[in-house]
Amino acid sequence: MREHQPQESCLGRGLSWQKWLIIGLIVAALHFLPWTFPPQYVHIMIMIFLFTIMGQGWNILGGYAGQFSFGHSLFFGLGAYTSTLMFVHWGLSPWIGMVFSCFIGIMMGLFVGYLSFRFGLSGPFFALIMLAFAEVFHMISISWKAVGAALGLLIPLKGTSIALMQFVDKKPFYFITLWMMIGALYLVWRMEKTRMGLYFLAVREDNDAAEALGVNTLKYKMVAMTLSAGLTSIGGTIYAQYLLYIDPDITFGVMNSIEILIRPIIGGPGTVLGPLLGSLVLTPLAEFTRLAFQSYGGVYLMIYGAILVGVIMFLPDGIMGLAKRVFYKMRKEVG
Amino acid sequence: MSFTYILQTLLDGLLMGGIYGLVAIGLTLIFGVMKVINFAHGALMMLGMYATYWAFALLHIDPYVSIVITIPILFLVGVCFQKFLINPIIDAPEHNQLLLTLGVSLFLENIVVFLWSPDYRVVKTPYEFVYFYIGDVSISLLRLLAFCLAMLVAAVVYLVLTKTDLGKAIRASSEEPSGALLVGINVRRIYWTTFGIGAACAGVSGTAVAPFFPVYPTVGGIFVITAFMVVVLGGMGSVIGAFIGGLIVGMADSVGGLFFPGAMKNLLSFVIFILILLFRPTGLFGGSK
Repeated sequence: MREHQPQESCLGRGLSWQKWLIIGLIVAALHFLPWTFPPQYVHIMIMIFLFTIMGQGWNILGGYAGQFSFGHSLFFGLGAYTSTLMFVHWGLSPWIGMVFSCFIGIMMGLFVGYLSFRFGLSGPFFALIMLAFAEVFHMISISWKAVGAALGLLIPLKGTSIALMQFVDKKPFYFITLWMMIGALYLVWRMEKTRMGLYFLAVREDNDAAEALGVNTLKYKMVAMTLSAGLTSIGGTIYAQYLLYIDPDITFGVMNSIEILIRPIIGGPGTVLGPLLGSLVLTPLAEFTRLAFQSYGGVYLMIYGAILVGVIMFLPDGIMGLAKRVFYKMRKEVG
Repeated sequence: MSFTYILQTLLDGLLMGGIYGLVAIGLTLIFGVMKVINFAHGALMMLGMYATYWAFALLHIDPYVSIVITIPILFLVGVCFQKFLINPIIDAPEHNQLLLTLGVSLFLENIVVFLWSPDYRVVKTPYEFVYFYIGDVSISLLRLLAFCLAMLVAAVVYLVLTKTDLGKAIRASSEEPSGALLVGINVRRIYWTTFGIGAACAGVSGTAVAPFFPVYPTVGGIFVITAFMVVVLGGMGSVIGAFIGGLIVGMADSVGGLFFPGAMKNLLSFVIFILILLFRPTGLFGGSK
């Protein structure tokens, strides 16, 4: 995360046709996967994609713009509750609900962001303020009867319907999350080398220096916040529609914030593939250990903790950092 | 809402606030000296509670006497924590240390779930139901003892910091690490000592609440978030600020309980927390940043 290899290519980017071909083949192969794998693996894949989307959301703000959020469950919860309430009370399609979710998430993000960035709050202070806002919503959602209080909300299943984003089968969710994830990855990949993406990095590396060089740091932090909040809220909506149940703890809870941020951190913060790699490692781990140690549901969290400590101590740039180092070393040895 | 009721609420809040203050003192010491936000502080407190519980259940030691066990254990845990985990990455960006302590906290809480199950455990004392009355206001002996214990430890920590050479060295390393190094203070040693003291404070708070609070693996989470609020309120690094902040948050919590439904009783203190963070991030007692 600290070192960043400047690339020779100018703004905007492309890949060689071989690389596009490989990516195309992988994506094509992923489309056949739900028919060859048993449903529980498809479930794991959906969770991987979903947490990659939200991890990417966190990554834009935390990894690229360097504003370390400890309360992304705020956006997740707002996204999940907004679309669910609209669906349950007004019968509004979650697709439209998703737009509202995104809007409300962004508004909240801009509100919190403006309050904190205006005073130059950063680092641990920003982390704590995000945590506090998420906790406030957690408390409200536990106590407010109209949003289901501590029992949460059950989303009535009305049979398979594309318009209502409800499917009895897991496959449609697989494709929705797959393509959203591809979209999120593509968005961030393109963003990385635009002027905006570079400004994000400048803000992350040295806020004061960036300001002195004429970067409107407040503005770019707000832009990062917008993208980040939006993506995470969308993730919340899909999560609610997929599991058909939300409650205050799984949406606004502290643990959910950790679930969202731990993937990009372990995969490699401030990299396009970081959230995906982190999710590929952690999600199956969580799901399998949950199956293996049913009576001790917390075992996966223990492993999370150990992995987190290990990664922070030995791989501060995450798996991507390790991969890059190995790659450069190999290239040096070959050439 | 009678006057007695309000007085009772404030008193309950004050007594609980003493505990918050003690938890926060450990946190603020660690932050003040090492600039590390210790997310594992709640887990350390939980270890203190379990130490008290096991001392009580296996050795039949009175919970308040068990501080002779919890203090050394938690001090040692804190020292090891700092030496082997925090110290190697002390120069890394701030959020890395925060994540590290988060990892440790997840690990500790869940290894305790694994070892001793997530069940609630209770420490029962013979003087559990002893209450004193001043007019119509009742004071539980347990809570009073817990408060006095917290006051005592806070006073000891304060005296150590202000009156002894060790305290001087700690304050020097906190204000100017390189300067402290220049005048011959072993800053690394101060770091682990401070972490040990901070962890011991968390442990004592655990002991203090164990007789009237259920003991379970994730109990620390309740206290650690409150302790963050207290630390920010009092000014990061200020010991007196932490203690007074603890009393304020304790009272804000119980006053909040009068106005909001049960799960929202912390809302008031959260709002104070957010306002302080926004308008005076150095806290009420912190100097200028």
